[in-house]
Amino acid sequence: MRAFDYTRAESLDQAAAALDPAASVIAGGTNLLDLMKLQVMTPERVVDITRLPGLDAIEPEGEGLRLGALVRNSDLAADPRIRARYPLLSRALLSGASGQIRNKATTGGNLLQRTRCPYFYDPAMACSKREPGAGCAAQGGVGRMLAIFGTSDACLAAHPSDMAVALRALDAEVEVRSRDGGLRRLALDELYRLPGDRPDLETTLAADDLITAVILPAPVAGSVQAYRKLRDRASYAFALVSVAAVIRMDQGRIGQAALAFGGVAPRPWRDAGLEAMLHGKTPDEALFREVAQRLTADPAPNPDTEFKRPLLRRTLVAVLREATGLAQPSIGTDATKDAA
Amino acid sequence: MQTTLTVNGHTRSVDHDPRTTLLDALRDSLRLTGTKKGCDHGQCGACTVLVNGRRINACLTLAAMHDGDEITTIEGLGEPGALSPLQQAFVSCDGYQCGFCTSGQIMSATGMLEELARGDPSHASPDLAQVSADDAEIAERMSGNLCRCAAYPFIREAISLGAKGERS
Amino acid sequence: MTQTFRMDKPQPRLLDETRQGVIGTSMDRPDGPLKVSGQATYTADALPEGCVHGMLVRATVTRGHLRDIDRDSIADIPGLLAVVRDPRFLRNPAQGMAGEAPDQPGDRIDYHGQPVALVVAETFEAARDGALRLKLRFDSVAAEVDPDHATEVEPQDPTESGDWNAAWSGAAHQVDVVYTTPCHASAAMEPHAAVAEWQGDRLILRGALQMLRFNRKELADAVGIPPEQVQILAPYVGGGFGSKLGIGTEAVAAALAARELGRPVRVVMARQTVFDAVLRRTETRQHLQLAADAEGKLLALGHDDRVSNLPGEEFAEPVSSASQFLYGARATRFRQDMVRVHRVGAGSVRAPGEAVGVIAIEAAMDELADALGMCPVELRLRNLPDQHPVTGQPFSARALADCLREGAKSFGWSDRQAPGARQEGDWLIGMGMASAARPNMLVKSAARVRLSAEGAVVETDMTDIGTGTYAVLTQVAAEMLGLPPGQVTVKLGDTDLPGASGSGGSFGASSSGSAVFLAAKKIRDRLAAKLGCAPEDLSLQDGLARGANLEAPINDLLAGEVLVEEAEIKGGKTAESHFSAGFGAHFCEVAVHRWTGEVRVRRMHGTFAMGRVLNEKTARSQAVGGMIWGVGSALHEDMSHDPRTGHVVTRDLANYHIASHADIPRDMQAVFLEERDDFANPLQSKGVGELGISGAGGAVLNAIHNACGVRIRDIPATPDRVIAALEAAGR
Repeated sequence: MRAFDYTRAESLDQAAAALDPAASVIAGGTNLLDLMKLQVMTPERVVDITRLPGLDAIEPEGEGLRLGALVRNSDLAADPRIRARYPLLSRALLSGASGQIRNKATTGGNLLQRTRCPYFYDPAMACSKREPGAGCAAQGGVGRMLAIFGTSDACLAAHPSDMAVALRALDAEVEVRSRDGGLRRLALDELYRLPGDRPDLETTLAADDLITAVILPAPVAGSVQAYRKLRDRASYAFALVSVAAVIRMDQGRIGQAALAFGGVAPRPWRDAGLEAMLHGKTPDEALFREVAQRLTADPAPNPDTEFKRPLLRRTLVAVLREATGLAQPSIGTDATKDAA
Repeated sequence: MQTTLTVNGHTRSVDHDPRTTLLDALRDSLRLTGTKKGCDHGQCGACTVLVNGRRINACLTLAAMHDGDEITTIEGLGEPGALSPLQQAFVSCDGYQCGFCTSGQIMSATGMLEELARGDPSHASPDLAQVSADDAEIAERMSGNLCRCAAYPFIREAISLGAKGERS
Repeated sequence: MTQTFRMDKPQPRLLDETRQGVIGTSMDRPDGPLKVSGQATYTADALPEGCVHGMLVRATVTRGHLRDIDRDSIADIPGLLAVVRDPRFLRNPAQGMAGEAPDQPGDRIDYHGQPVALVVAETFEAARDGALRLKLRFDSVAAEVDPDHATEVEPQDPTESGDWNAAWSGAAHQVDVVYTTPCHASAAMEPHAAVAEWQGDRLILRGALQMLRFNRKELADAVGIPPEQVQILAPYVGGGFGSKLGIGTEAVAAALAARELGRPVRVVMARQTVFDAVLRRTETRQHLQLAADAEGKLLALGHDDRVSNLPGEEFAEPVSSASQFLYGARATRFRQDMVRVHRVGAGSVRAPGEAVGVIAIEAAMDELADALGMCPVELRLRNLPDQHPVTGQPFSARALADCLREGAKSFGWSDRQAPGARQEGDWLIGMGMASAARPNMLVKSAARVRLSAEGAVVETDMTDIGTGTYAVLTQVAAEMLGLPPGQVTVKLGDTDLPGASGSGGSFGASSSGSAVFLAAKKIRDRLAAKLGCAPEDLSLQDGLARGANLEAPINDLLAGEVLVEEAEIKGGKTAESHFSAGFGAHFCEVAVHRWTGEVRVRRMHGTFAMGRVLNEKTARSQAVGGMIWGVGSALHEDMSHDPRTGHVVTRDLANYHIASHADIPRDMQAVFLEERDDFANPLQSKGVGELGISGAGGAVLNAIHNACGVRIRDIPATPDRVIAALEAAGR
């Protein structure tokens, strides 16, 4: 860890004023300190926002909910309103990290966590995400955790968040406060950039922007929600692939479907074309296979991740079977309920 | 810089580098070495302590961020001759081997049992609204604590036994 | 000087005659209360007055030379004390029982990650910053890192018997398959650590080490001082699994830095360094050839393997070790190729040989049973040899058949169905089994026992790496001296105490326990003399001595005297006349998800025969721990190396997956059959820690096959590999 100045922000204005490209916000710190210890991140100033008032609440917002940026992952997952109306979000959060980390990690921090590509994590390896233009040692390396969608020649990294995948399927928006105090809302695809030739630029946020909240719209009434995560052990591991689904059945047909995928792209991946293929159809395994086939039609950019195509395909079929009633739901597939 | 912590009920002042983690402050400044450093990156759980009653990895947080916080470490639970029911259960169930992850397992279990008592769900909960305390639940909730000696079945036996003792 | 007892013939089963009744019981570990309260002191817990902090710096080329160190690159760091670079630094840790320094390569770099310098600073934070920022310049040359393509191949001497071609070609059934296993890391929870302090010319080193008697010589040799000037302390070791058998760079670097600075130095490896620079288990490629007649009698058994190591390292994973004596065949063949690669060195990781070799032979046996349409248990029962098939030695004690039969019964093996027949929702349920075997050894070991009115004190430089040494030595002494265990104190982990075997190869408890047994026996003899009875008539219980109609409290016999006896034991003729090994049988039930290929172990049952059980509880922990390692190797563990640089890509505990709580069911049973191995040692005991892992992964793979009908021959059986096999089979 490089030496840095530590400051504790007392207000949002003060926090924003302290931020520039050489500074980092610290909240949960579970990923930032991890990376700082390895000198993958080397901020000169660390701005502690954990004591800012008002950012740790979950409050009604229209028909939906406003999740403060400092709400801990464990508190968010356990909130009765989330459990009842957005079970997918609880499930995704609870599939990530460990109990200890979820007690520390925040909503905002979870969104902004960095990739777990081992070449990004090792400063001895070339990485354009760490150092623009340095190249990508993961190309031709060992790449089990890498992405299969949305990559570029400069970067194969996948975004590791489970929470963000659920938020993508739930059409959440991120509330961002700019230095002048103005607020704007970004859909997740507006927040995250694809790597292109600048994989170091992961979001559209300015250095002095602060994420203040995540806004959940009203949940799809009467939907079944599912989060299924595949990993190299039963718990406490990042996703090889994950599937988030929100399905509303309408008289035996699929009335509405939202699907998002994790572990496979530099941001939570969503493909509207797939959802359109399902709309209005009667649940059918052959249809699900066709949808999954289309999702994974293109070869993986890296031979090491070729396995993710069949894995994602089969996981999606399994999730759709359960979410549409073709198969008995297993743990992770829940019917939404009215708020407690 | 100067940070004041309440550790196991005692107010302690620590003079430290801004980079010092809570873990290193506990171990090297306050010489409370029961909390272990197994990976320093939140990947093993050996450094688990309670901060204001919640279990966290002490390695992934800065001491400076905990000014005024209440910290509970393994030393705060009990000592030989006056072990807590959970500590005693680890002894009688052989819920350890080398002992290096043990403090973290016990602190994590302490925090975990509170979460369970509150009804917080886990990845293993069949119903998010109704949480039970079966072995699959405890196993999932304890998965942030690795044990390379692989005492897992006996750790969980100890947690079940100790939880009864803590309640009575 | 104490005369060394040689194990030349079976010894009386004295522990079956003694009266205290603590040997073999499930006594709690006496060190338990310290461990559960955070008061057991591990190496890195020490911080002597004035201690400073060292962090190791790695080479970032694969092969070449360190040209220079740019010390100015970190001169701005406040509190920086030194950049220590010394030709005495080690290339890699010493192999087990080396007793001398390993390669000290000077400026030569042999693998990416090799520790080349130590940054020392007043604070840990400053030292870590310096170690990561220090600029080094290397000369680099091409290096071979991939065992599949490396050209430097050294065939080892083969072990062969019978007419292979005749046995193979005439067989009714043949299995000819290749299994591969990846590199494994010991990944003990305690990172390697050393705290070095000089008192004049005397070096005191607190170290995370398993075999202090050897480590003292290795460290002295590396630093260049006589062993008498080295004292190593290791009262508690946070797991070893082979990775702490020999002295490592952290210890040598700490010692040299402490000398240079005149201050104590603490060096704790970052977890990444543990992966980069601690000996790995080699990857293996194993070619299994089994041929049997129509009745399932093995005609040919071949187990060829390929392993790797750094140039110059002698250690070669004995992959086919157990295959050479588990089953007999008319013709056998065991060949090994050693490939030289520039990856971090290979050495002992828990059960070297068996941990990966028995997975493959037992999976291949399952394939053979399948080909024969025969119950896998029955196939094994039909092929148990009368004697060691290679050496011709009789077995000292081998209850493998009982383990197979009784294990099958208590597990409920008869409920096993055809592959794919049992289904619960999307989960396919299957059962698998495997044999377990691990050779047993007796290694030279000394101990001192003192008996006074206050009780007994056992002293030895033996270590307890989680294996239960404090418990079992307490029990041996208490049993022999007729004392409640609370009156026995065991002092370990100090090279100023009599030298023991150390912890390794599952020989620690039996070897060090035998030394304690012999020392205590001498004290018994003296008590018998004081009481006035023959030693064989003496009975000691709860502090009371009885014999020849005489009875007296031990304390009265002592009359204020302190009896001190030391004993040393080493292997003798029984090691040649008989072949001693522990045996067992694993049974496992798994669920395989038909869509996602996830595998979950639902229950597992091991039945073992490994001589006298010294402590039922700690033995069970060892056995189950080994079984869980087997599950991990079958399903999770995979240490990956970059194909270009050979550096470890999975260099932390987030990327190197060991089993977590959620991977392991509560229902993990270990059952021990009553056995005495008279040829093993005076305790009639054998090793357990490595027996548990032997074959366990094979049982998991075989259960996967029974669940879903596919064979996974490249482990670990991660979801992608399972579904690839399912898709290849049209499912």
